[in-house]
Amino acid sequence: MFLNFLDELRAAGIKASLKEHLMLLEALDKEVIDRTPEQFYFLSRAVYVKDEGLLDRFDQVFNKVFKGLLTEFGTNPVDIPADWLRAVAEKFLTPEEMAAIESLGSWDDIMDTLKKRLEEQQERHEGGNKWIGTGGTSPFGHGGYNPEGVRIGGESKHKRALKVWEKREFQNLDNTRELGTRNIKIALRRLRKFARQGAAEELDIKATIDGTARQGWLDIHMRPERRNAIKVLLFLDVGGSMDPFIKLVEELFSAATSEFKNLEFFYFHNCLYEGVWKDNKRRYSERTPTWEVLHKFPHDYKVVFVGDAAMSPYEISHPGGSVEHFNEEAGAVWMHRVANTYPATVWLNPTPEQHWTYSQSTKIIKDLVNDRMYPLTLEGLDDAMRELTRKH
Amino acid sequence: MRFEGTKSYVATDDLKVAVNAAALLRRPLLVKGEPGTGKTVLAEEVAKAMGAPLITWNIKSTTKAHQGLYEYDAVARLRDGQLGDERVHDIKNYIKKGKLWEAFESPVLPVLLIDEIDKADIEFPNDLLQELDRMSFDVYETHETISAKERPIIIITSNNEKELPDAFLRRCFFHYIKFPDRDTMQAIVDVHFPGIQKILVSKAMDIFYEVRDVPGLKKKPSTSELLDWLKLLLSEDMPLDVLQNKDPTKAIPPLHGALLKNEQDVMLFERLAFMSRRQG
Repeated sequence: MFLNFLDELRAAGIKASLKEHLMLLEALDKEVIDRTPEQFYFLSRAVYVKDEGLLDRFDQVFNKVFKGLLTEFGTNPVDIPADWLRAVAEKFLTPEEMAAIESLGSWDDIMDTLKKRLEEQQERHEGGNKWIGTGGTSPFGHGGYNPEGVRIGGESKHKRALKVWEKREFQNLDNTRELGTRNIKIALRRLRKFARQGAAEELDIKATIDGTARQGWLDIHMRPERRNAIKVLLFLDVGGSMDPFIKLVEELFSAATSEFKNLEFFYFHNCLYEGVWKDNKRRYSERTPTWEVLHKFPHDYKVVFVGDAAMSPYEISHPGGSVEHFNEEAGAVWMHRVANTYPATVWLNPTPEQHWTYSQSTKIIKDLVNDRMYPLTLEGLDDAMRELTRKH
Repeated sequence: MRFEGTKSYVATDDLKVAVNAAALLRRPLLVKGEPGTGKTVLAEEVAKAMGAPLITWNIKSTTKAHQGLYEYDAVARLRDGQLGDERVHDIKNYIKKGKLWEAFESPVLPVLLIDEIDKADIEFPNDLLQELDRMSFDVYETHETISAKERPIIIITSNNEKELPDAFLRRCFFHYIKFPDRDTMQAIVDVHFPGIQKILVSKAMDIFYEVRDVPGLKKKPSTSELLDWLKLLLSEDMPLDVLQNKDPTKAIPPLHGALLKNEQDVMLFERLAFMSRRQG
């Protein structure tokens, strides 16, 4: 039962499994709902969809699978005189005529036009193809035929009015994320190195037994709980060619901030020069000299650059090569300084790995970070974290 | 025993189906939605409608899964042993029951609310899989198995701060509380303020939806903020014309503190007001 539905859902990328399917059948068996299509839609949605981002896709699949199978239900009455809508005549159209009827466009367009028509039209209308009434081919009114029709009162004859799932109310929630933050967090977990820090909170059994044996009475020892002691410096490339990757980088950033207590981040543009900044709105007024960063954070910090490394080679190799200002020293010099100060340095590149060879600057940067450039995918992230935890 | 909304809670049709499915099949119901759309209140109202006691387990970032089952206070037992207290002979004296245990043992069918599950560690939901599936767990210290007399109705809320694991999601019904449209909002206001002036509500709602539509707001006001604001407007006896006379130079609605909870948002409104003054 409904196996076809399950297949379609899976094909559309909704990860429904047999477990959910059995749950749906059990719910139907126990008569959770009265047997109306709308209730069935609500129930199957509650069972199959576990992420609001997928609700729109579910609506589309539901529409595809059950189109034409379900009977009409519910009305969407608009406040217009009832006698307009009493079914009087119905035009019988040939399939060719039906195909010839042009749709007005999207749901929003139809509603806008409907509003306009309602304002324009003052009298009852029958037949015809523009005004609201009965039996015509206008998208509005009822009893007529138009593929994207909006039914106003009365009973549907061709079953083409938009249903709940056809309204696609969740459209703006859809997101096709490649890397969920959960996955990023799991990958970042590799970087955990626990150390005991902070207030004493946990019973130290070994020390307690030891102390008790020595003293002859109960001698409780507490010790601090273990916390992630890894320290991370994150440099993010912003602007220009990085714009398509903003979402990906934001996800990485949000995962990283919640995973690491000691995380410092700075922004740069294209290549690292003598200044970095923390607030992109004040990138010109509030710069931090890169020397200060190098001096402030000890060399046991792990450094992660995130950038596409796509620029003119001069921006790396020559003094004055920066596109934004005159840099006294070449970007390569600064990259060398960072790589020398922090032995654990990696560069994450959001562009797909197979494109790297086409850009000369990518090759140069890759050399500058001693070949430790990784793609910003789960696998790449995993490799990068493995590299960072290696003894340096 | 069907949930149809209550006198003080307006439930949409899809929400009713989700709640009833969860209650009949005794599977957890996961509720998500914007803050302030009534996720936590839902559990209270379901409990009220079903005449069931409500057991609330508030999750914090430090909450561990086993704290919902039980906690064994070994340090207290050690200390009592040292002092020669009689209680020390029975290990049960040192086992503190958690909320899940409480729900499993409840003489009448309870509603268990696991509030803001996303606040906890990323592994927290995984640690509860077995317990929520079989509705039973073992107490290792006393070699007991605690199993539910009757599977409780479980409502879990999440604010989407962390993603939940697939295995956990597979066991739940899911409902996303959409921000109410105008009609539903009108029904909600009617339920909370019966006899309030119709015109005041409609003016207030105009302003409220306008505020929500301002692009770039950090925190959009939600249902609970609207209700608070209306309460304030009523208690201040705000004259109607303050809402009615839309002066473009005063873009900030009266008593805006109830609607805008973020100084950046208030500043955004002040800037908008400043700009419209300059244009005028």
